[in-house]
Amino acid sequence: MEPTTHHLYSLFHEISGYIYPNEIELHWKLLIVIYPYLTGLVAGAFILASLVKVFNVQQLKPTYRMSLLTALAFLIAAPLPLLAHLGHPEKSYEIFLTPNTTSAMAMFGFVYAWYLGAVLLLEIWLDYRRDLVLWARKEKGVKKWLHKALSLFSVDIYDKAVRFDKKFVKIITIIGIPSAFLLHGYVGFLFGSIKANPWWSSVLMPIVFLFSAIVSGIALMLIIYMIVTMMKERTVDRACLEKLASFMFYAMIVDFSLEILDFMHRIYESEESIKILAELVSGKLFVSLIVIQLLIGMIIPLMAIAGAKLFKIPFELKKIVYFVSALLVQFGIFSTRWNVVIGGQLFSKSFRGLTAYKMEFLGLEGLMVSLAIMILPLFILWFLFKVLPPWDDARNP
Amino acid sequence: MMNNKIINNKINNKSLNTEKPEPIIDSAGCDSVRYDSEHNDAGCDAGRRNFVNCALASSALMMVPGMLGAGEEEKPDPNELVLGDGYRPKDHKWGMGIDISKCIGCGRCADACKSENDVPREPFYFRTWVERYRILENGEAVVDSPNGAIDSFDEDKLDERIIRSFFVPKLCNQCEHPPCVQVCPVGASYRVEDGVVLVDRDYCVGCSYCLQACPYGARFLHPETRTAEKCTFCYHRIVKGLVPACVEVCPTQARIFGEMEKKSSPIIRFMRMNNIGVLKHSLNTEPKVFYANLDKEVR
Repeated sequence: MEPTTHHLYSLFHEISGYIYPNEIELHWKLLIVIYPYLTGLVAGAFILASLVKVFNVQQLKPTYRMSLLTALAFLIAAPLPLLAHLGHPEKSYEIFLTPNTTSAMAMFGFVYAWYLGAVLLLEIWLDYRRDLVLWARKEKGVKKWLHKALSLFSVDIYDKAVRFDKKFVKIITIIGIPSAFLLHGYVGFLFGSIKANPWWSSVLMPIVFLFSAIVSGIALMLIIYMIVTMMKERTVDRACLEKLASFMFYAMIVDFSLEILDFMHRIYESEESIKILAELVSGKLFVSLIVIQLLIGMIIPLMAIAGAKLFKIPFELKKIVYFVSALLVQFGIFSTRWNVVIGGQLFSKSFRGLTAYKMEFLGLEGLMVSLAIMILPLFILWFLFKVLPPWDDARNP
Repeated sequence: MMNNKIINNKINNKSLNTEKPEPIIDSAGCDSVRYDSEHNDAGCDAGRRNFVNCALASSALMMVPGMLGAGEEEKPDPNELVLGDGYRPKDHKWGMGIDISKCIGCGRCADACKSENDVPREPFYFRTWVERYRILENGEAVVDSPNGAIDSFDEDKLDERIIRSFFVPKLCNQCEHPPCVQVCPVGASYRVEDGVVLVDRDYCVGCSYCLQACPYGARFLHPETRTAEKCTFCYHRIVKGLVPACVEVCPTQARIFGEMEKKSSPIIRFMRMNNIGVLKHSLNTEPKVFYANLDKEVR
């Protein structure tokens, strides 16, 4: 037992005030920060895609397929941090076999399976089906068979069938929007429904999670769109980029307002926990909450985008402003997840003291595994882009 | 029926860590336990002392069928949970009383709990622990629980004058509405009909959601089994008619254990004789651990 708990002794020096003995060690660590971050990106990317199909925002068309594939790549990686954090990942199938119906967490598997199977895969398949058939006809060897297999060996690309595909894609997207809301709202509910924890317990939590997800998803698509276009040596579609920046801006305004509302509500109500939460925010969370989440991840990008929109500046400069803003937003949203997950465990439920989180470097819950899980979706995405090229010129006329 | 199997396994796997002789359970049922070392069935004809013993033994024997559920007349429910020794959870409702004014902070309860339940000694895992509260003249409360009070408390001096001081034993509150059970994704945490909340180690996936949901910090993830652990009221003992280890060793009887729904139970008397409080009442968990003389500073 010595080696597994030895590192915990150093925590004794980090405690301030009084904390229940079982609370000294954090139970949810970096991996559980990554989980809502990844699912947020999935939901956000999907909402962006639905803007094209359901709300007919034509300017965003160049990002439609990219967004779907990004959502898929991140969705594939999303359960990994959860699995890696479990004490017994080998028993995780029990969540499907004997789910406890009163548990929000038990619903994860079903929400995930629904979103992956009924929404995302189906929409991608229907949207790509015609292209897959046509690509397979032109290609040879492995690629031909891969595309044939991906089209599920369908051959019918007559107008009637394609019209059906398009109509069905729209229906799925309409179902997909509440599903994406469900996916991430559910993650917010996981935290928001814990009445024992005043930092988490808030009815606003699912909604805040949702809007921060939309912000992070759009910001991610802006980054991916710009990088991919640069790598492919094509010109960035101005209208598309402007729309991306606008939607990111609107979502940020809503997200920011909700966070401020939550903040004001807590201060106004000033419940029993307010003293310890104030100590937390002004102390251990000051950098990650006030500096990174609020200032660097929200206020600066908001001002930068507003400035770029209001003043006439060259498009090249605008591109840089939008790109940097989107990057800052990513840091901000990651920080948001950190502040919720880690912040919610730093204070004692006795409201009398604070503990500390010492991140491990190696080990299943360490920094290296977390980084690997964060990078994995980018590799999956690269592979998906190879197999299912999302570029407009790859489409068959 | 699944639960039946689970609990049977749990109890059979657990060896009783008591050197005391088997208890005789008196007419109050399981909750009032005494140990009679002089009890002797063969000595019924010799002397007044033996006569008393004999009478007690006879009355105890007469009580046995009643104890085991007196099920002869009633039709047994095939789905009813009955444990190895005829223990029927539905016939019991357990609770604990803690008289804060009696606790001297010796930490024997926390120590006994660790021995009885194989709780890791280090660095900070506890099924039960004792907190010391010192309320200063300026109103500030200084709270500590070094090593759960197992080594008792140091007499470290505080600069400010102490106006009141007391010790508060803590443990799982065996809530009527346990948030830990509500959130467990696989149903590994469950509440038995007798009110005790248990964890099935074989089922637990180690997600720690129950640890987050518990308002009392009463759960931990066992570093070896990687599954959730908590106070069980020493379930392996109570099904045999014994009291939990912490109650057994308490030198001042600050901890009272017994049936919540049997009038002769010591806990009923405890609740009648004292002003009773529970922890975090506003969370509506309905704890089954009741505190007498609970101070407003205790959370």
